[in-house]
Amino acid sequence: MKIVIIGNGIAGTNAARFIRKRTDHQIIMISEESWQPYSRTALMYVYMGHLKLKDTHLYEDWFWEKNCLERIQSRVNRVDIHKKQLQLQDGKTLEYDKLIIACGSRPNKFGWPGQSLKGVQGLYHLQDLESMEGSTLDILAAGKNARAVIVGGGLIGIEMAEMFHSRHIPVTFLVRENSFWNQVLPPEESDMINRHIREHGIDLRLNTELKEITGDAAGKVSEVYTNHGDRIACQFAGLTVGVSPNIEFLKESGIKLNRGVLVNEWLETSEKDIYAIGDCAELQQPDSGRRAIEAVWYTGRMMGQTVAQTICGVKTAYKPGIWFNSAKFFDIEYQVYGDVPAVLPAHLETLYWEHPEGRKSVRINFEKNGGAVTGFNLMGVRYRQEVCEKWIKERTPISQVLENLSLANFDPEFFRQYESEILDQYNRQNNTNIRLSSKRSRNQVSRFLSNLGQQSNA
Amino acid sequence: MNNQPLESISIAQPHPVNTSLRQKMALALVAVGLLFVLVTWASRQVWNPLLSLTGSLVTLSVGTLWYAFETYKGSLPGIKNNGVMFRSLSNRGVWGWMVGVFITAFYVCLYWFPKMLGGLVQMFDPLSMFIRGRAADQWFVYGTFYTLAVLLLGVKFMLKYRHNRYQQIRTISVMFFQLGFSFLIPAWMLLMNQPEFYFTYFWPLKYDYLFPNTVNWLTNSYAHLGVFLVFWGAVMSFIAVPVLTYFFGKRWYCSWVCGCGALAETAGDSFRTLSDKSLSAWKLERWLIHSVLVFIIITTILLWANSWKQGAILGEYSMGFSKTYGFLIGSMFSGVIGTGFYPIFGNRVWCRFGCPQAALLGIFQKFFSRFRITTNGGQCISCGNCSTYCEMGIDVKSYAQRGQDIVRASCVGCGICSAVCPRGVLRLENGSVDLMDRAKYPE
Ligand SMILES: Cc1cc2nc3c(=O)[nH]c(=O)nc-3n(C[C@H](O)[C@H](O)[C@H](O)COP(=O)(O)OP(=O)(O)OC[C@H]3O[C@@H](n4cnc5c(N)ncnc54)[C@H](O)[C@@H]3O)c2cc1C
Ligand code: SF4
Ligand code: SF4
Repeated sequence: MKIVIIGNGIAGTNAARFIRKRTDHQIIMISEESWQPYSRTALMYVYMGHLKLKDTHLYEDWFWEKNCLERIQSRVNRVDIHKKQLQLQDGKTLEYDKLIIACGSRPNKFGWPGQSLKGVQGLYHLQDLESMEGSTLDILAAGKNARAVIVGGGLIGIEMAEMFHSRHIPVTFLVRENSFWNQVLPPEESDMINRHIREHGIDLRLNTELKEITGDAAGKVSEVYTNHGDRIACQFAGLTVGVSPNIEFLKESGIKLNRGVLVNEWLETSEKDIYAIGDCAELQQPDSGRRAIEAVWYTGRMMGQTVAQTICGVKTAYKPGIWFNSAKFFDIEYQVYGDVPAVLPAHLETLYWEHPEGRKSVRINFEKNGGAVTGFNLMGVRYRQEVCEKWIKERTPISQVLENLSLANFDPEFFRQYESEILDQYNRQNNTNIRLSSKRSRNQVSRFLSNLGQQSNA
Repeated sequence: MNNQPLESISIAQPHPVNTSLRQKMALALVAVGLLFVLVTWASRQVWNPLLSLTGSLVTLSVGTLWYAFETYKGSLPGIKNNGVMFRSLSNRGVWGWMVGVFITAFYVCLYWFPKMLGGLVQMFDPLSMFIRGRAADQWFVYGTFYTLAVLLLGVKFMLKYRHNRYQQIRTISVMFFQLGFSFLIPAWMLLMNQPEFYFTYFWPLKYDYLFPNTVNWLTNSYAHLGVFLVFWGAVMSFIAVPVLTYFFGKRWYCSWVCGCGALAETAGDSFRTLSDKSLSAWKLERWLIHSVLVFIIITTILLWANSWKQGAILGEYSMGFSKTYGFLIGSMFSGVIGTGFYPIFGNRVWCRFGCPQAALLGIFQKFFSRFRITTNGGQCISCGNCSTYCEMGIDVKSYAQRGQDIVRASCVGCGICSAVCPRGVLRLENGSVDLMDRAKYPE
């Protein structure tokens, strides 16, 4: 059997790898972007000089040959579902028995005046990083007037701000909302990040939208205008206003599309033998607490693994389990386990503790009725995924979670632990007297995860 | 784009305002100190030892500390790896090669042409008289520079990692052991006409501590103290090493106590990304390091058999045996390649490919230790920071992205992988049980 995968991102790569684990079907991966599958999430670190590009490769060079994973660097222009054939950019065609679409996303552009000027771009592909490098020369050439403007307060926007900051380039950061990423972060965390962005000397402008970008005679960006009529001279404008599935080339294929490629719980598209995974897949019926399109690394990875099982004859539904995600905002690490909505619904209560220095916080959401915990939001503190997941899954009451909070602590050894402060705060607010009953240790965690811990605490 | 993996794709000069005026002044001070040293070295004589010594050590120290302070002063606590891949020093550029050549030249003089260091030795006489009660020799010069490098660059490292208490405490520990146990105590023992003994080095790293000659010399010349020292060495080698490694992993020694580790973690910090992460390097590592260990074990056994049979087995070859080892491994490998080539091969070449102590600790760590690096569920984004900054060349990412816990013989537990991970995926921990057998059966 010949399996062809469009896209060699994390979704495509993981599908290939897991199919290879179970079978020796022929596997071909096609990508126009890069011959070497690499970690998109690490693009910023290449620009910042933490890593070289080869450090971001998912596997060493010998891996692909050793595992007989064929690679083609080209663009797929068309999919012919009747002939089961792909048309490549270089004029060649390629037959498949099964097709996996893992073509990822592309940055949004909303038709702003001037969005096609030189020096205006998003950040998604390797080629975007290269053009960012090119624009950096122009920015630096401006000397004292050097400035980059970034539009859109999401995860890629703040990464771009950090990237320029690392090269000592002044940044103006336009965010439409009245606080950074507050569609996702609860108000306190969102405000912490506002402060942290400004602490780095970034000119963060909240409640501000892009109106127009203008250029000079050479067609290079020279100014950005905001909806407040402010004019900002700059040599670069980053548009980081979200991403959408990169599915233009499938429009005529007959495969059912909506915003993404529509798939059922087995990641099958409307057409037989064609699957879609990763950023480009849109679930027709997502599990509760999950969205139809989740453009994150982990979703692609899990979908790749799941579709591999199905293709290898073990039909497996995509069950992503409890939501989790993580990011880093400059120096503040962020982890979330479970559903932590930006606006607290009426049936939930929240315990929010923040370190006096304002760069660390822990939030635990739980139900008013019965106290079952529903989510953890961590800033600058590391928690163990499996422990939090188990608490959420088993609907463990908040009091019991607090007693055992040390089990979740995943900060390095010797780091100050804040469990008792968090408990104190809860006790004060609720007139309770909960005490820590377990210590941070791998043995205890192990016992807890294999359920013995539960009984001894019951 | 072609099929060749790109190196750095940076085309712009990445550090337009790299060094501030004050940083430059601090560096100038360091340069003055170095110039003192260089002139004395090259001219092989010294003008006024006390003044020269004070002048060079004070300018070197003040300059280095000032530079470190200026570098991190304005920044918020956090990971400070901006531009590492662009910098000439940390990236096998001109500066890297120059530093490498300079240190290598020093080692060559030290081991094979000590006369060339005559001026420096004289310059250090006052200090040596003061703490050891005797004139300096080339080893004293070396020891002082070594200790100074650990202390000064240790302070720099602590400023860089001021948000990370594991790194801070570990660095205080290596600075303490270097200054106390590898510098002052051996010197004071000499002052009191006792053997110059290093309590924190044991067989097989200090291979001769359990050779018959050393044992006889210690027990014959120093009576009770000598017996105690032999006993100490044996207890450390055969009891403390396995027991402590069982509880804490090899890190208790390699990145908390050992002087080689101390230099690697402080002075060598800028070069940690240069370690080779490939599978073939790992293969070479296992061959080399275990060969060295086997060689030492056999040598030790032979020497004892020989001394027991009163020279009947090896005859006059016995000393030649350990001399060869001393030249090839002790000087060439651990000195010239291990330290001189920091800027070329990375800061732990000796620890990874050559050190017999590391080999032994590694075997305990791999098979009989509670130490693991735990992976936090599915949080890894395969960014590659952990592998890149692992000085032992361990491809940490290849484990983390599969959700596998890491048990590797070579891991010195420096904790840097955990520190640089932007997603909080890695944690160094000790425990008697594995989490769900994840070290063995990932995914
Ligand atoms: C800068 C940045 C930072 C990010 N950071 C995080 C993070 O910290 N955490 C997180 O969870 N997520 C992060 N993400 C999102 C995450 O990277 C994506 O969700 C993930 O990479 C998607 O993987 P994928 O395999 O679905 O698609 P992709 O990685 O997009 O791979 C698809 C590939 O298919 C190729 N392709 C598309 N169409 C065709 C065609 N017609 N022919 C041939 N090839 C084609 C594309 O060129 C691309 O190489 C980040 C994204 C960016 C851009
Ligand atoms: S694996 Fe981590 S702790 Fe071990 S040596 Fe490498 S960086 Fe240090
Ligand atoms: S640094 Fe962290 S996220 Fe990056 S590859 Fe390593 S474990 Fe994964």
